[in-house]
Amino acid sequence: MNKQLILDQVTVQYDAIAAVSDATFALAEGEIGCLLGPSGCGKTTLLRAIAGFESLSTGSISLHGEYISTPKRTLAPEDRAVGMVFQDFALFPHLNVRDNIGFGLSSLSSTDKSNRVLEMLELVGLVAVAERFPHELSGGQQQRVALARALAPSPQILLLDEPFSNLDAELRTQLAAEIRILLKKNKVTALLVTHDQDEAFAMADKIALLNAGKIVQIDTPYKLYHKPGSLFAADFIGKGTIINVGIDAAGLLGNNLGSLSINALPEDLGNTVKLLVRPDDIAYDEFSDTKLSIVSKSFLGPNYLYELALKDGQCVPCLTHSHIDIPVGDELPVRFDLRHVVIFNAD
Amino acid sequence: MEIDSSSSGFNSSNQSSGRGWRIYLFIVTAVIAVPMLVIFASLLQPFSSAWQHLFDTVLTDYITNSLLLMAGVGIGTLVLGVSAAWLTAMCDFPGRKILSWAFLLPMAMPAYIIAYTYTGILDFSGPLQTALRDTYQWQYGDYYFPEIRSLGGAICMLSLVLYPYVYMLVRVAFLEQSTAVLEASRNLGKKPWQTLFLVALPMARPAIVAGVSLALMETLADYGTVAYFGVSSFTTGIFRTWYGLGELTTAAQLCAFLMLFVFALIMAERWSRQRLRFHHHSAQKKMVRLRLKGWRSALAMSVGSLIVFLGFVLPASQLAIWASVGWQENLDGDFITLLFNSFSLAAIASVCCLIVAVFLAYTKRAFASRAELGAVAVASLGYAVPGTVIAVGVLIPVAWLDNQIDFLSTTWFDYPTGLLISGTLGLLVFAYLVRFLSVSLNTVDSGLTAIKPSIDESARSLGATPSRVLSRIHLPILRTSLLTALLLVFVEVLKELPTTLILRPFNFNTLAVRTYELASDERLVDAALPALAIVIIGLLPVLLITKSILNERFSNE
Repeated sequence: MNKQLILDQVTVQYDAIAAVSDATFALAEGEIGCLLGPSGCGKTTLLRAIAGFESLSTGSISLHGEYISTPKRTLAPEDRAVGMVFQDFALFPHLNVRDNIGFGLSSLSSTDKSNRVLEMLELVGLVAVAERFPHELSGGQQQRVALARALAPSPQILLLDEPFSNLDAELRTQLAAEIRILLKKNKVTALLVTHDQDEAFAMADKIALLNAGKIVQIDTPYKLYHKPGSLFAADFIGKGTIINVGIDAAGLLGNNLGSLSINALPEDLGNTVKLLVRPDDIAYDEFSDTKLSIVSKSFLGPNYLYELALKDGQCVPCLTHSHIDIPVGDELPVRFDLRHVVIFNAD
Repeated sequence: MEIDSSSSGFNSSNQSSGRGWRIYLFIVTAVIAVPMLVIFASLLQPFSSAWQHLFDTVLTDYITNSLLLMAGVGIGTLVLGVSAAWLTAMCDFPGRKILSWAFLLPMAMPAYIIAYTYTGILDFSGPLQTALRDTYQWQYGDYYFPEIRSLGGAICMLSLVLYPYVYMLVRVAFLEQSTAVLEASRNLGKKPWQTLFLVALPMARPAIVAGVSLALMETLADYGTVAYFGVSSFTTGIFRTWYGLGELTTAAQLCAFLMLFVFALIMAERWSRQRLRFHHHSAQKKMVRLRLKGWRSALAMSVGSLIVFLGFVLPASQLAIWASVGWQENLDGDFITLLFNSFSLAAIASVCCLIVAVFLAYTKRAFASRAELGAVAVASLGYAVPGTVIAVGVLIPVAWLDNQIDFLSTTWFDYPTGLLISGTLGLLVFAYLVRFLSVSLNTVDSGLTAIKPSIDESARSLGATPSRVLSRIHLPILRTSLLTALLLVFVEVLKELPTTLILRPFNFNTLAVRTYELASDERLVDAALPALAIVIIGLLPVLLITKSILNERFSNE
């Protein structure tokens, strides 16, 4: 497929400290990508480099087959066809919704411009508030204005910098899904930056996971969750606990955890492995002989999340129906479901 | 039920102890408002035949010159202040850090002092024209040289020393602007200069309006510059009507019309501040300044240095040169008396302002209802009112009171008291209080708002009376604000010319009055020493603001 955005071994430095190093990543036309990682991992720096607000010290960025950033030349932000939705939306407070959206359309004639603005207003469903000023809008509306404003000049790529962080928790996932539909329908190539994996999962076709300035894994959301390539990825993505557990040649695990099919195991495992245990890897089973004592529990509405102690004192999570209500200190009968379990070498 | 009754008991005791404070508040405010009320009341009196005379002769001059002065200074301070703010807040070039505080230096230079200094430099006999004549062998009348003693000259002088008001406010507005908004504009295809005019300036508009209207209030209040340059404006007109024609009522009525100008400015400023709320952006990111290179950087440096040079360095150096020429004969006992007079007067006035300001700020805070807020707002109007107007407004009721006392005393005790209050230092201090109260009030007020109301509430719930909360909690926390308030009023009083000129006791001179008198007598060299003293002391508040700018810079980087 045609590559719309290519980052090739990109390094961005602030005063000799690399905020991002050696990042390589590509997006096909119409694809929605995501840079995911904890705060300070360099994901926003990378996004700003694509927008032209940061210069590269090595590597290159090309958009639609044209180099826009190299260490020698940084095309000015205003000269690259990159749209951006800012974290705080950055709406112009002195302009109303209509003028905010039309701001980037100065090359069009006034009729074309007002048509395009109307088209954008309809796209994000804000025709009714076109004459209002940013401070008169709700957070969700402001975000849609920011989106419409960035899309109005038909950019080659749309960048979204933590676009949901200023919104209520309930709104986030809903809006993420809505925006994904909108971008897909309009075949927009987009790159999202977030620290929230739920947003990343809801929006992206492809996720680049960053840690300490480096891309550690590029995968689909499904693979990133179920096949994390590193301890960091396993720890960062999804809920779960990593435990150390002994294993023998036949695949039998210590701590009464049961056994793993030996065929699925990597070759050179030692005597102990690190096992990623997701809450859904341990199921409540009232007929089970395996009983673990309850360290703590939290009520999540439809579920209880129990924290259970293994024989050697390590804790594992377990998700049950919220009707299964057993007091802390008692024991919970469980069954290990190790079909999807993720294993790493102990060192 | 029990809780209910005890809490209502607490409330009622709270209110009865508050009643005393409130009554004092309204009394203090009423007394402070007297001069302004007297001025407005003068409009109710019949317009004397002097008005016909004024109409026929000078009134049009007063109005047009004042309007032209305002327009000129408005444009001048706007251009200078906004460029200075843009360069230091949004751009980066060698010397930016020095310029960002040096741009404030002209604030230390009172307009009447810079006016007479430039007259000395640019006059026919001044060094510049002499040098020109010597170089080109010109004679008188051979060449054109702009006349500094003109309306245009006054506009230049006032703009040079008043632009820092615009600079300060707009600079902060630029710094507070969300970087993301400016980046959004670049992202949407606008060049940096388009971003300035399309986004940064419109967003800073409230600050620009506020800064320019402050500068214009100072312009309307100015007497020294226009009088020295012989420009007929409202303030000189009031002096002339008062002293020349002896028409007290007419002078007061002129004052009232001048006040209308001022109130229009206040309205504009209030309106713009109201809009400020919506324009404020909370998102603060690392400030990315536009790095100027090559000729742009050179241009920024030279324009910036030129402004500071013309507004401060050149006139201050000239004053220093004059002062060094004449210091042996001028630095005598009289000068020491002058210093003592000025300092003690300024000290007394600043302490009085501080006491009243603390009282008002605290009362307003404790019982913030509409009536109190209104009363405090009236009390802080004084700063907008020209010193000339306040002086007239103080003198008229006091003269009436003096006459009444004298009349009663003569009839009852056969003992004429003469003018008991007029011409006393106490009256002068009162006028300063009316004029500069808002300076200390604003400082104390902003310090107070930094103390959360919950601190008050916890102290009150522990049984402290309002006065105990004030003395044991607020005053220690507020110490810096209080010292700042003292310093600001001290310097303002020291610089104030027209109020002192009208109200000072007979033969009582201050630095400002002496400077003005000597300069008016064309004794520029002799005037330099007191002028320099004023400028040096005027640097103190500039240093104070500079310190806060430096702090802000450190926290920024």
